Amino acid sequence: MSLQNWQEHKRPFAAIAGAPILWLALFFIVPMAIVWAYSFGENSGAADIVISGTLHNYKRAIEALYLSIFFKSLAVAALVTLICLIVGFPVAMAITFASDKWRPWLLLGVMLPFWTNLLIRTYALMTVLGGNGYANKALGALWGSASWLRTLVGLQPLEVWTPVQLLYNNFAVVLGLVYVHLPFMVLPLYSALDRLDRSLIEASLDLGAGHLRTLSRIVMPLAAPGIFAGIMITLIPALGAYLTPDLMGGTDSQMIANVIERQFKRANDWPFGAALSFMLIYAMFALVALQSLRGRRKPAQVH
Amino acid sequence: MPDPAQPIIQIRNVTKRFGKVTAVDNVSLDILAGEFFVLLGPSGCGKTTLLRMIAGFELPTEGQILIDGQDMAGIPPNKRPVNMVFQSYAVFPHMSVADNVGYGLKIAGTGRAERDERVREALELVKLHGFADRMPDQMSGGQRQRVALARSLVMRPKVLLLDEPLSALDAKLRAQMQFELSELQDQVGITFVTVTHDQDEALSMAGRIAVINKGEVAQLAAPSDLYEYPANRFVADFVGSVNLFEGKLTLDEADKAAVDCPGLGRVYLNHGVTGPHGADVWIALRPEKIYLHVPGEGKAIRAAAQDAPDGYNLARGQIKGMSYLGDITLYEIKLDGGPMIRVSRPNLSRRDQEHFTWDDRVSMHWRADSPVVLLN
Amino acid sequence: MALLSRRPVAPLEYTRKAWMRLWIAGVMVFLYAPLLVLMVFSFNDSKRNVVWRGFTLKYYEKALNNDGLIEALVNSLTIAALATVFSVVLGAMAGLMLWRFRFPFKGAVEGALSLPIIVPEICMGVAMLIFFAKVQWPVGLPWPLNLSAITIAHITFCFPFVALVVRSRMASFNREQEEAAKDLGASEWATFRDILLPHMKPGLIAGALLAFTLSLDDFVITFFTSGPDTVTFPVKVYSMVRFSVTPEVNAASTILILLTIALTAVALKLQGVKAIADAH
Repeated sequence: MSLQNWQEHKRPFAAIAGAPILWLALFFIVPMAIVWAYSFGENSGAADIVISGTLHNYKRAIEALYLSIFFKSLAVAALVTLICLIVGFPVAMAITFASDKWRPWLLLGVMLPFWTNLLIRTYALMTVLGGNGYANKALGALWGSASWLRTLVGLQPLEVWTPVQLLYNNFAVVLGLVYVHLPFMVLPLYSALDRLDRSLIEASLDLGAGHLRTLSRIVMPLAAPGIFAGIMITLIPALGAYLTPDLMGGTDSQMIANVIERQFKRANDWPFGAALSFMLIYAMFALVALQSLRGRRKPAQVH
Repeated sequence: MPDPAQPIIQIRNVTKRFGKVTAVDNVSLDILAGEFFVLLGPSGCGKTTLLRMIAGFELPTEGQILIDGQDMAGIPPNKRPVNMVFQSYAVFPHMSVADNVGYGLKIAGTGRAERDERVREALELVKLHGFADRMPDQMSGGQRQRVALARSLVMRPKVLLLDEPLSALDAKLRAQMQFELSELQDQVGITFVTVTHDQDEALSMAGRIAVINKGEVAQLAAPSDLYEYPANRFVADFVGSVNLFEGKLTLDEADKAAVDCPGLGRVYLNHGVTGPHGADVWIALRPEKIYLHVPGEGKAIRAAAQDAPDGYNLARGQIKGMSYLGDITLYEIKLDGGPMIRVSRPNLSRRDQEHFTWDDRVSMHWRADSPVVLLN
Repeated sequence: MALLSRRPVAPLEYTRKAWMRLWIAGVMVFLYAPLLVLMVFSFNDSKRNVVWRGFTLKYYEKALNNDGLIEALVNSLTIAALATVFSVVLGAMAGLMLWRFRFPFKGAVEGALSLPIIVPEICMGVAMLIFFAKVQWPVGLPWPLNLSAITIAHITFCFPFVALVVRSRMASFNREQEEAAKDLGASEWATFRDILLPHMKPGLIAGALLAFTLSLDDFVITFFTSGPDTVTFPVKVYSMVRFSVTPEVNAASTILILLTIALTAVALKLQGVKAIADAH
């Protein structure tokens, strides 16, 4: 059944379209436009900002210092996405092929953290990773048993375990981001795999392909839209992550969002912060455009 | 009871266009009060659009629809004296059977007691008593359809519209429902207008059938007339199975006619047709109206000669394919003149199908009243 | 969980393969162990988190007596409740609009509606900060009016999610049901109330839960819109984590985790596990 033309149903259309469009325009488009305008402005005096049309802020944003932070953010986000994909794919497979009794509970297991407060989850991970935390204790115990094994076979015991620094470095940031974003990856993967026709997998196995080859030649290509959606849904927020690098990172692990925050809360250079914000938004647009380009190419291949 | 001679629905020069596509093209027809009317046609022929225009879900681009003498222009679906049974049944999944059936009455403001009584009656009518408290997802497709039927019938509409009512049912259930629908229609006396693409369904249920092709009425007739006297090649081919041969009219008198068909031979008819001498015409010959014989017995020739001049209504060929269907056997025969012809033969005894088999040479004859001459 | 079951493993029963189970177990430990540790140690009678020194509820007492923390929690819940109500209404309207109508610039409207979902939180926080400064949004209003700026920001990023959920729910609606209702005499409004709304309900519940969680969860955007007298729970916890790690945070966090679980349980009760899973 086709869509209704708004002109033939003006009153119901106006009744439901007015409020959301107005809200979006007033409280999203207008604020964004102001930020955009500010990115071409400069500070004048203590609190005033003049929109002078200068490109100075963008010039500063592509200086080596900021550009390197930008690319580092991109690298961290890409690494996080890759780890999430590798860890999440088997989980999504398992959920898809679980029995009807187990599937909802496995799904729930993945989704419950997604619903738990981000700050609390980051904090929980920090406690575990801390200098005296359980992660270090577990590593220490492993070290100790390895040392004990060595003495059993007559070797010198290992040196005394010294806690490793697991927090406030780049490793912590990546781990924290994986911890936070893993559910984002699993859910779209699952919904893509769930839609997959099982008989295709069975046909592949029936025609003599092994499980691994079936996975790489049949499952992965068909689940590609879901994989791509999962990548986007992980990559985009990871790129703009603020809280995790702020709380878990060291002095050298700040990401682009932290730099933006500093312009507003500390350095008080709003025009430059606005320019950096829009650099980030442009990067998102590029990623989204990439995705829709892919989406458009896909049906063309079928014909 | 409404006056049976009075058309309950008058469709006058109705055209419906969707953008550039013309779905219904200048259709005029009358549907009589109390009849079981079927709109038959292939998918996309415009029959559903016509039905939806009667219900008020689509508005005609041109033309007029009158129900019980009243022009329906500007009257929305919820104000029309017709009700519809949808192809998907559209049973409300969140309401019990009783609430589904009672919904229209509730909207109309009918009192609780009367509503309950009428819902009970309607459920009884469709043989669903005892199902009142069930939810739709606890019912089979056939039962859901009965709910949809009861939901419409309870409104006591002047006309009940049914959109492909049996298409979602399996074959056995479909046959049973065909019978029950006709019976129900007899019982309640409401005019039924049904849309279907299934010719068996149309033939078995309808009082009259309108065959629709490309938005136009190809023929409007009673089922047997439609089958035995198709008006054109489309109807002959769409309703039932048919052999079509092109030929030239060589003889046309008041009580006889003859057509020369290359490939088939000379065809004789014991009635006149109205066409110019030498005109290009088509011969339609139903498979079950052709008799098969073992060649060389001379029986075929004698049988054929009874009502046709010598050398007419005879053909010879070789069996190239056969399918045994239980009640009948279908043969694909390559005529000596070139084309293929389809012949069916009832299996009157258990071993009847063994008389003819692949590659057998056979003779055929048909009676002089069997072929139909079609001008277009 | 028949890990050692003798029943043969069918080809597609990937979940019954041992390595797969180990993998899932590993992921679940990774996801849940930190939260469990945090919850367990909120009952630990020690200032430092790592050694178990006995059961105590004193940090709960402290947390519940911490006026700042309680105020922040009340603020958060108030904002989340308001944002949920508004988001569900706006989101349902937007979802219905996109599902139902063809109108000029539909692609642009659709794109604009998805922007709050894809634009990084930090950018949106910045935009809200500048916007409310620029329009000189009144500050220092009495509670709960002082929360209006944060609430508006939350509604703005929540309602597009609701629209998404509602629209995908409506995609499974059989339009013949609507026609059937009208055919039986129902008006436009009666059809909406009796047929469309009941179909939309699971989407509305899922959308409401999503909006509530997103609002309660949000730190970054709130961080940019909140003032000294409008601290929300995440902002409060952030400053506590940042400047002084105290077991009170564990206690408060545990309360919020339990709240999340309770909310999930309510959702499960309302809709069943499957429906919740499908909504995402």
